[in-house]
Amino acid sequence: MSVLGLEMVAKALKLSIPLTVQLDLTYRCNERCVHCYLDHDNHGEMTTAEIKDLLDQMADAGVFYLTVSGGEIMMRRDFFEILEYARKRTFCIKLKTNGILIRKQEADRIKELGVESVQVSIYSHIPEVHDAITKLPGSLVDSIEAIRRLRSHGIQVIMANVLMVQNASDYQGVKALAEELGARFIMDPTVTPMMDGDRSILGLNVDEAALREVFRNEGLVGSVEEFCAPPQGPDEDALDMLPCSAGHTACYVSPYGDVYPCVQFPLPCGNVRRTKFADIWRDSPELKEVRGITLRDMPSCSQCTHGATCTRCPGLAFLEGNMRGPSTQDCEKSFARTGIPSENLKKKKASPGAIQSSQLVQIQGLQTAVMNFSPASAENESVNA
Amino acid sequence: MNDKRYVSRSTAIAARVLGDEMMVMSATTSTLFTLDEVATVIWEAADGATPLDEIVTNKVCAQFDITPEVALKDAEVLVEQLAEHGLLLLSDQPILQSSASPKVNL
Repeated sequence: MSVLGLEMVAKALKLSIPLTVQLDLTYRCNERCVHCYLDHDNHGEMTTAEIKDLLDQMADAGVFYLTVSGGEIMMRRDFFEILEYARKRTFCIKLKTNGILIRKQEADRIKELGVESVQVSIYSHIPEVHDAITKLPGSLVDSIEAIRRLRSHGIQVIMANVLMVQNASDYQGVKALAEELGARFIMDPTVTPMMDGDRSILGLNVDEAALREVFRNEGLVGSVEEFCAPPQGPDEDALDMLPCSAGHTACYVSPYGDVYPCVQFPLPCGNVRRTKFADIWRDSPELKEVRGITLRDMPSCSQCTHGATCTRCPGLAFLEGNMRGPSTQDCEKSFARTGIPSENLKKKKASPGAIQSSQLVQIQGLQTAVMNFSPASAENESVNA
Repeated sequence: MNDKRYVSRSTAIAARVLGDEMMVMSATTSTLFTLDEVATVIWEAADGATPLDEIVTNKVCAQFDITPEVALKDAEVLVEQLAEHGLLLLSDQPILQSSASPKVNL
């Protein structure tokens, strides 16, 4: 991020402005990825009118970066109507899609509407591997074709690769493909639990040896010496650090209007069908609780040598049962990176029984919140409404 | 001959008032800019229909202690710079805005 971009984030933090929002338009999808954390049924998505009203509210609240995601965003028949409205409200718009439904006409429209970037998930450069993950035959060919179309329009494309057991040895091939297509390559080495807390898909995560290999790839991490340097432990300043932007300058809104600190942090903070977005952002007790947490308030992480340098995700910690606790998946990444176990991993090794208790899932009323929503009204323009 | 200059906000921009500053980003280059108060007034008034000299006279000089001659000279430089970065469109004719043109109330 540029210096000005960092200044903008600092200013938003100071002014309590939700600078960044991810809005999922739908959880419906034309792929069925084996690692996906979503339920693809439609439990009553927001209508076109509701989404436009939300975009107005978000613009008025100061939201600048708007990531429009899903599900597959183009499963909504009103997608371009929503996108056009978002353009009018001058958001910096980023799209996440599998690209399968992006033909020439759609690429033209995306270009015309000044979208900042389009992120497309590519799991492997080998069709059989990618298609086995998406469970949609021909999906790699279609996604690559979409990337070519977007690039030919001069649209910035990000190719996102999720590392898992099925494609552990393919990231170099995907990176080379990204270079060939003129796309930016990013990789996420973590498969996360489903939003309902189901942790069964965590078995798709790669093992420590594979993580170690990735973290020692200069093409991905830059200076390996720096990236894998032994941690120094948190100093006094670091203890006052905020965990991440979730709830501070960023939040997530589901297709049903639920507001969460982050897409990866399923703590319901309110619903825009009942409460104004700005009121939820300002007054939600849950968001206030999230904002109140610094490294100093985390019993295990504040004592951990990785405390200041860990990629700890508060949402993953929440999904493990305690938003002030460690995120074991990040502990494992810190270990793979440096060879030094975290306090959490040491405790787990010393007391294997603790593993069971710390892996209990804590979901606060997510199911109840989903089921309480009104069913889709006649105004809903979505494909399956 | 029409020697008026017309300015219109580009459709491919992101913009938001953050505290006392206007943040503007070009979607084509992802480059972020901040506009000061005077630049913000001109940018907000750039509707494609109002000539630049009228914007300067009616908006800038009405709000800031500056002569029209100096303000217009500065405004000419500013709009050239904003146009170079794709944030504004310049023309010697009124510029028709598309349905996706950004709203003024950011």
